[in-house]
Amino acid sequence: MKPTLLTGNGAAARGVRLAGIDYLPAFPITPQTEIIETLAQWIQAGEMDCRMVTMDSEHSMITAAGTAAATGVRVFTATSSQGLLYGMEMIYTVAGWRAPFVLVNVSRALSSPITLEPDHNDVLAARDSGFLQIHCSTCQEVLDAVLLAYRLGEDERVRLPVIVNLDGYYLSFTREPVLIPSRKEAARFLAPYDPGETHFRAGDPVSQGVAVLGGSQYSYFRYETHLASIQALSVFNEICREYEKITGRVYEAVEGYRTTDAEIVFFMLGSFATKAKDAVDHLRKTGLKVGLVRPRLFRPFPAQAIIRHLADKKGVAVVDQNLSQGKGGILHAELSSILYNEERRPCVLVSFIGGLGGRDISVEEFFEMARVTVQAAESGKTPAPRLLYTHEELARMRGLQSIAGNRSPGH
Amino acid sequence: MIAEITRIRHKYLRHDKKFPHVWCPGCGIGIVLGSLIRAIDGLGLAKNDLVLASGIGCSGRLPAYVDFNTLHTTHGRALTFSTGIKLANPSLNVLTVMGDGDATAIGGNHFIHAARRNLNLTAIIINNQIYGMTGGQYSPTTPYGSNSTTSPYGHIEHAFSIADLAVTSGASYVARGTVYHVPALDKLISRGIEKEGFSVIEIMTNCHTQYGRRNEMSDPVTMMKWFKDHAVTTTRAKKMSPEELKGKFSIGVLTDIDKPSYTEEYQKIRDRAKGREVKS
Repeated sequence: MKPTLLTGNGAAARGVRLAGIDYLPAFPITPQTEIIETLAQWIQAGEMDCRMVTMDSEHSMITAAGTAAATGVRVFTATSSQGLLYGMEMIYTVAGWRAPFVLVNVSRALSSPITLEPDHNDVLAARDSGFLQIHCSTCQEVLDAVLLAYRLGEDERVRLPVIVNLDGYYLSFTREPVLIPSRKEAARFLAPYDPGETHFRAGDPVSQGVAVLGGSQYSYFRYETHLASIQALSVFNEICREYEKITGRVYEAVEGYRTTDAEIVFFMLGSFATKAKDAVDHLRKTGLKVGLVRPRLFRPFPAQAIIRHLADKKGVAVVDQNLSQGKGGILHAELSSILYNEERRPCVLVSFIGGLGGRDISVEEFFEMARVTVQAAESGKTPAPRLLYTHEELARMRGLQSIAGNRSPGH
Repeated sequence: MIAEITRIRHKYLRHDKKFPHVWCPGCGIGIVLGSLIRAIDGLGLAKNDLVLASGIGCSGRLPAYVDFNTLHTTHGRALTFSTGIKLANPSLNVLTVMGDGDATAIGGNHFIHAARRNLNLTAIIINNQIYGMTGGQYSPTTPYGSNSTTSPYGHIEHAFSIADLAVTSGASYVARGTVYHVPALDKLISRGIEKEGFSVIEIMTNCHTQYGRRNEMSDPVTMMKWFKDHAVTTTRAKKMSPEELKGKFSIGVLTDIDKPSYTEEYQKIRDRAKGREVKS
């Protein structure tokens, strides 16, 4: 099969087309817009049998996606950043309905200050909502993840909506060779949606979105959703094996790269992991035993697979492209919590914050992170969390502040 | 003349810091910016007492260029930011610049309620009939039948009339202008800022890049000509039959009424409460 050059957004749209969706509520936002535009063209040209409506906001868009899914049809929608946050009320609400659909989030950093460029604070804000999360590092993975997400979310053991995340700009607008499954292959993997009991039908009335008071029923339903999410782990592994049989592409909940004999490991999400792999190859040539561990599935959190990958490692450099203000890297906190009780846990976890608001993480910075982590492992002393930020950047920042007339607090 | 233009530019724009601007060559938003600072200069308002807030999109960028107190906020919320500022400090002149998507889609609710409350704010709504910055998706003011990236075979929804919406929602002053009729626009904005109560100035602007290009008006001149040919002053419109008015739009002052503004009424309550305190 010959690969096609597709952007991450184009790959997402291809995946959606192959999934044979029925309904698409949409609202434009950079850098996601190309996805809904591409789908709009296919729908208008009669190449996709699907209904599409541009809503008045993301809040209405996610509401419409959830209610449509609750009637038992296959639904897709996409957003970014402020859009995801504006719809956050409905993100929690529709997840509780247990009506599956797929939402592609093209990661973009949040206000303030306003920016268009990516980091992961937007998608991580949906961390506790009940949506499952698949994080992609290549355009191929984006296409495949959309198909996997429908199978996963619609599985009767799961029945939850899924966010497929790709990094704005770095993936959304970058063209990479992508193998597009044939319609037949996609259909073999993803049958038409069988909503089971999830439907609206006259003569068989159901009441959705009912209020519960007193806490007992609430606790029951919330915990049920949690168990369904946990259940999605084994379902994900199962469907990935099936996907491999059809397409030959291997996916696991956690990607490990040169980890078997590694002493030092980078731990991170998303597209920057491809740069980390490059750094790993370079560092290996210098004799340093380095590897990479990247969760594809972030919700549910694939704890056991991560623990296995990191067993007996000397040090882990956790690279967070997010910042929980007043705490630090979110991934670092997540990782620490699953390792604490493990006997074979790595000696040190070193926290790095980088790539905020579209800032690059250079290969040299990966070398530096490896060096700091080796040093920490040898000395047994964990350094304080560190923001990847160069002297040159700080000098430029000071220059800009002097133009603006420095009135920011704390300076 | 040139000296006058330079004076105004240097006085009101962050001319040495923020330019060149981000708008496409020929974009009408620059004309709106020019009108706005001329109106402010004409009224002799102190820069320190002025606040300019915007939402998101091409219009959202406007506060970056002016030397007032400025705020570039989130999509659709500009009016709520302005509400907070005005109520906390009623002595400030608060101007809010929004686009058609900002004001009538994602922020539509804020818009009608600000008008209903008759907050003493000035809303300048730059209507280019499209989501320009994100790539030309249809907005609530995209005309029926026209093309956009999300309606490539013709738009099947009907457009809002922003000015009519403002009138029905209770605004004290509502006007519509275009970037072709600039001297008139200066006056409409000036009157809107002066007006006590909620004032709305809808400004029809050319987005030849995203709207015009898909609707056989791919350059600014053609779009300007369209404004020239289709705009009818409110005075003339009164003398025209519905048939003659078909396909046209009116420009000028659509509503100018006096009624108590929220800001005034709120102050009265405060004064009364303070009076009672003194007595007891």
